[in-house]
Amino acid sequence: MTLEELRKLRNQMKTEVEKRETAGKTIQVIVGMGTCGIASGAKETFNTFLKLIDEKGLADRVMLRQTGCMGLCAHEPTVEVIAPDMPRVIYGDVKADVAKEIVEQHIIGKKLLDNLIIDKPAADIMAKK
Amino acid sequence: MAYSHYILVCGGTACESSSSKKIYDNLKAEAKALGVENEVQIVQTGCFGFCEKGPIVKVLPEDSFYVNVVPEDAHDIIAEQIVKGREVPRLLYDKNKKSTEDVSDIPFYKKQLRIVLRNCGVINPESIEEYIARDGYLALEKALFEMTPEQIVQEVKDSGLRGRGGAGFPTGLKWDAGLKAKGDEKYVVCNADEGDPGAYMDRSTIEGDPHSVLEAMTICGKAIGSHHGFIYIRAEYPLAVHRLEVAIKQATEKGLLGKNILGSGFDFDLEIRLGAGAFVCGEETALLRSIEGKRGMPTPKPPFPAQAGLWGKPTIINNVETWANIPVIITKGASWYNKIGDADSKGTKVFALTGKIANSGLVEVPMGTTLREIIFEIGGGIKNGKKFKGVQTGGPSGGIISDAELDTPIDYGALIRMGSMMGSGGMIVMDEDDCVVDIAKFYMEFCVDESCGKCSPCRIGTRQMYTILDKISRGNGTMQDLQKLEDIGSAMKACSLCALGQSAPNPTLSTIKKFHEEYIAHIQDKKCPAGKCKHLLTFFITEKCIGCGACARQCPANCISGEIKTRHVIDQTKCLKCGACERTCKFHAIEKK
Repeated sequence: MTLEELRKLRNQMKTEVEKRETAGKTIQVIVGMGTCGIASGAKETFNTFLKLIDEKGLADRVMLRQTGCMGLCAHEPTVEVIAPDMPRVIYGDVKADVAKEIVEQHIIGKKLLDNLIIDKPAADIMAKK
Repeated sequence: MAYSHYILVCGGTACESSSSKKIYDNLKAEAKALGVENEVQIVQTGCFGFCEKGPIVKVLPEDSFYVNVVPEDAHDIIAEQIVKGREVPRLLYDKNKKSTEDVSDIPFYKKQLRIVLRNCGVINPESIEEYIARDGYLALEKALFEMTPEQIVQEVKDSGLRGRGGAGFPTGLKWDAGLKAKGDEKYVVCNADEGDPGAYMDRSTIEGDPHSVLEAMTICGKAIGSHHGFIYIRAEYPLAVHRLEVAIKQATEKGLLGKNILGSGFDFDLEIRLGAGAFVCGEETALLRSIEGKRGMPTPKPPFPAQAGLWGKPTIINNVETWANIPVIITKGASWYNKIGDADSKGTKVFALTGKIANSGLVEVPMGTTLREIIFEIGGGIKNGKKFKGVQTGGPSGGIISDAELDTPIDYGALIRMGSMMGSGGMIVMDEDDCVVDIAKFYMEFCVDESCGKCSPCRIGTRQMYTILDKISRGNGTMQDLQKLEDIGSAMKACSLCALGQSAPNPTLSTIKKFHEEYIAHIQDKKCPAGKCKHLLTFFITEKCIGCGACARQCPANCISGEIKTRHVIDQTKCLKCGACERTCKFHAIEKK
């Protein structure tokens, strides 16, 4: 292996291992994966996010997580997005094409997708004061 | 396809012995059965350090820290968390954890600074790619292409790094001697012959991050002009040996070891040498003789190995933990490194916390941290609410530190002043039930067994000291014996050939000094205050006895007698002091004093 090959391998592997880390990631995308969510295709939505985060090189900033049902079963799949300096919002009916819009506009473009927001998260009564 | 989850399963020896391998296999099988094997990457990592709560499983990105996991839990972890995205609360370390909280909030990790253990529990130690991703071999790049040998040595000197094997000799000075030594052939050696009872940081470092040692040794090769290295590791560490073999193979395949490394024109290769487990082979000159194929016995210094080591050639020998610091120093620079620690000692130190401590495990803290922080804040204090008595640092070469000294910041100098030493970093915590005479006797017995016998101060001194300690523990000691112990001890310190004999009296001498009244109790009152020395104990039955006869049936000496439903008595002339009666009695009617 030459020096260049080593550097290339390091850069390539870095993004791989970075995905595991949670520190320093400021943006969270949380996909509702209750039974209702999965039945409406949340798994596919989740995979679309995974693929897009990879393609756009966002792995160092964005943490993709899953959670249970958010209680908006009529609008599954639901996705909550938390980004710094932006309100926390929940998007509904997030199919693959919407996922793409969220990544491009909300995460990269820092603009809310007004038409697709269906709610903001309920106040977390468990959160520490 | 990218993964949605990562499961890190501890693959250190401690967790493996509590079936972490089975957990790993079960997780794999469950993932396959539930059709998510392409969504989750399951990685076996090195030691997380929190061995008390092992086996440890960590799931990312949720940062779920699961403790005391058993193989049967694999189904729940996969079915709940990977498929449905729900943590498994019953396995969480902190059952009230909010999903946003970090593992570093756990008190055990909060005060730690992990430099040596930076990759342990994070990467798969059998994957060179993951090591490279965490800036692995970046220091080698720098050393090979941007630095001269003199600059490398200067950087190590400036870092203030001192040898982590025990004595704390400045690593930079050693390398400088190696660089300046004249010779057609020079060698680099890694001392992985970790033998102190209770110490396992070197094993865990190799098991969790073998490439860091390889990289550091190659850098040293470039610095002193050596092309051949040996790693001397004991055969009792099969997992560490295996991971080293894998690492050397991978590095050679990738051209990071061998001829013309990364096209720089520099050659370096490494061989593993297995030690048979003699404690004295951890002493550097004895270790070198063992690599040469001779009997492992120390030789006088000077000449130091840096002048005449393996086969009489200049040799740089460092301990595993010292090596693991090198890549970080080269990558981040000496000025970054020497800001960590205190005036006497720079950087961090890994300690293996064992004994009567709530959280036994591996901890890495900056030099200058106090023992109180290590034992009470990180270690969680003494088990079962007992009282702290002392802590033995440095294994059989160190001494006991009492509670009066708990607030002293720990570095090489401070430990020597307290009559102990850093040693490799074992810390055995003792509570009120431990007897200092018994402990001193235990370590002396170890040294009697492990003395190589070459020099008489050590061979005869350890035996004599053991005999006297044994006499005291049987209640036959005299006040003159204490003086004798001190005399023999100071003679051994002054005259022994190597560190084994020079430091063997430390546990005895430090306990005589700090727990004098306990020795007096053994000698004059014929009592063991901790209730440990069985020859000084008397078992007797109190009025709580209901006369059930259970103890009499258990007694191997048949020395308990009495009518059923009346208080029994122990015949002291026949009693073996085995304690079987005390353990059997449900009414706490048997007491010892």
